[in-house]
Amino acid sequence: MRQLTFRRFLVWGATAVVMIALPLIFRQGFALSMLSQMGIAIIFALSYNMLLGQTGLLSFGHAVYYGLGAYICAHTLNAVGAGRLHIPVTLLPLVGGFSGLLFGATLGYVTTRRAGTPFAMISLGIAEMVAASALMLPGFFGGEGGVATNRQVGPAWHGLSYGPQIQVYYLIVGWCFLSMIAMFALTQTPLGRMANAVRDNPERAKFVGYNPTRVRYLMLCLASFFAGIAGGLGTINYEIVTAENVGVAASGNVLVMAFVGGVGHFFGPIIGAVLVSFLQSALSSYTQAWLLYFGLFFVVMVLFAPGGIASLITVHGPSVRTGLFKRLVPGYVLSGLALLILLAGLISLVEMIYQFGEQTEPGKELKLLWFALDPSRWTSWLVAAIVFVVGAALFLASLRPVRAAWQSVNAELQARSAA
Amino acid sequence: MNASALELRQVHKSFGRTPIINGVDLAIARGERHAVIGPNGAGKSTLFNLVSGRFAPTSGQILLGGEEITGLDAHEINRRGLSRSFQITNIFPRLSVYENVRCALLWPHGYRYSFWQRVGALQDIRARAEEIVGRIGLAARRDRPAGVLSYAEQRALEIGITIAGGADVILLDEPTAGMSRSETRDTVELIRSVTQGKTLVMVEHDMGVVFGLADRISVLVYGRVLASGAPDEIRGNKAVQEAYLGTEAA
Repeated sequence: MRQLTFRRFLVWGATAVVMIALPLIFRQGFALSMLSQMGIAIIFALSYNMLLGQTGLLSFGHAVYYGLGAYICAHTLNAVGAGRLHIPVTLLPLVGGFSGLLFGATLGYVTTRRAGTPFAMISLGIAEMVAASALMLPGFFGGEGGVATNRQVGPAWHGLSYGPQIQVYYLIVGWCFLSMIAMFALTQTPLGRMANAVRDNPERAKFVGYNPTRVRYLMLCLASFFAGIAGGLGTINYEIVTAENVGVAASGNVLVMAFVGGVGHFFGPIIGAVLVSFLQSALSSYTQAWLLYFGLFFVVMVLFAPGGIASLITVHGPSVRTGLFKRLVPGYVLSGLALLILLAGLISLVEMIYQFGEQTEPGKELKLLWFALDPSRWTSWLVAAIVFVVGAALFLASLRPVRAAWQSVNAELQARSAA
Repeated sequence: MNASALELRQVHKSFGRTPIINGVDLAIARGERHAVIGPNGAGKSTLFNLVSGRFAPTSGQILLGGEEITGLDAHEINRRGLSRSFQITNIFPRLSVYENVRCALLWPHGYRYSFWQRVGALQDIRARAEEIVGRIGLAARRDRPAGVLSYAEQRALEIGITIAGGADVILLDEPTAGMSRSETRDTVELIRSVTQGKTLVMVEHDMGVVFGLADRISVLVYGRVLASGAPDEIRGNKAVQEAYLGTEAA
């Protein structure tokens, strides 16, 4: 037990060090704004997983609590700027958190009456309803333009004005770290454990004295609180909140983050948030087809790794600990190389299709290694198709030794644990 | 307090137009081990579902320790000291054996919906959960997910969850169903030891178990209590033999 506590302490300490040190390594402005985005996404994705992973509630409307928290923070910040309120910007995320909690407590009271598919449908309905009212109530939501704000209010406090992005980054890191610890601690409480029990078997939970509806409701309230904190940080970071922030697309986005990272493990959504944020900002500056790649990636994850990246990592835990992982490496390397060939072919095809459809960007040259791709020549299509097919064939062929190695490693692990 | 541990007064239950329970009157004394037997479709499981709050009765009254519990939700009835097991194993499959038992302890120990206490630091819970995991013979399986246990182990865990909270009235629905002879013997011993000093009501098909364990037996046929009494009376009852025991014994 003591050892476990010490290990946890180490993990959290290392996380803090990494978060503090990252801007020293990635110094470009682009990297800093991406890191800020990741920090916000981590809180949001973890709060989403309090519903999906821990309580078994599939929500299509979690952005409602993020977005409403963000809107209230924007109005609060504007009031502070106008001198009508006195709240330090450092504590503004708490305003977002309590707004999220308030909306969670009211809207969630309706949504958590049901679980399963009805909950998912009602959450979708609530999301649509809030998104629709964003255009109907321009006074609060600012119409199509949204609500703009300015985070530099009042005099700087010991040089802390939140003008430079680096200060905002550290504000986000601070809140992100606190939220991560709080959300992890919550999983270790009676309510957190009973949320898992309700996820597994709500009926049985009733017969040990718990009201599953109440457990779901409380978990949704707390999840909304953290979503609101993320929303508040979003307001400070972007200085604008629009109807998009409460919309269904934003809710879908956080679902993808949590799922890709892995909902079955606490740290899964952290990986998902980092990865998805990275793909969104990095990939989108390289190619117009990034949403298509993103969608393909999601589909592949759902089909072949439904436990997300976190479970891909944890299934290798025993083999790494016993040193048997070595045996898996050659197969993985071969498969990886084949996958690269497959992707090269696939990306060439997709990019040519995009170029073919959109004549907006002439002069932009596509290259597959040394071979220049020109969508108007059939040889280009042929080469790309051949690369794709060869890659696919190699990849499929490489799966057999991977599977064999995996089975032999598992058999040995079982034999060892039985001995 | 002379009130029965559990009392049913003229309880009826219909699903749509189909009557399943047709006016059951039953009083079970404190500390009694009571078995409900009857042919398939007699309404035994439905009776348990009514008493434990899974369904509300169409009419009639159910009293737990003299207090009316008719129509209360399952979790409310559980909080008043009635706990049940299920015919089809009903556990938390992704939680460990230890956690399954622990879940059943939290409410009775007053931790309710607490999100400000660390569950690992609750010493009273920990000691009691360890004790129960040991008593149901699953100490070696303590940290396995309940979903991967063998059938007999899951049945033992089912009983463990049911008795963990310290309820005074325990309902067991076919606790030995599908078990081998030796597993049945172990389970009977387990039931005998964990229900010491408690009121036990059980549905059971294995007549060896019923006559070995029960102080009193009620025979349910077509949603009515055909007879109720000590094992010897039931064995000698003509109507029961015709309706039920005769066919079983043949």
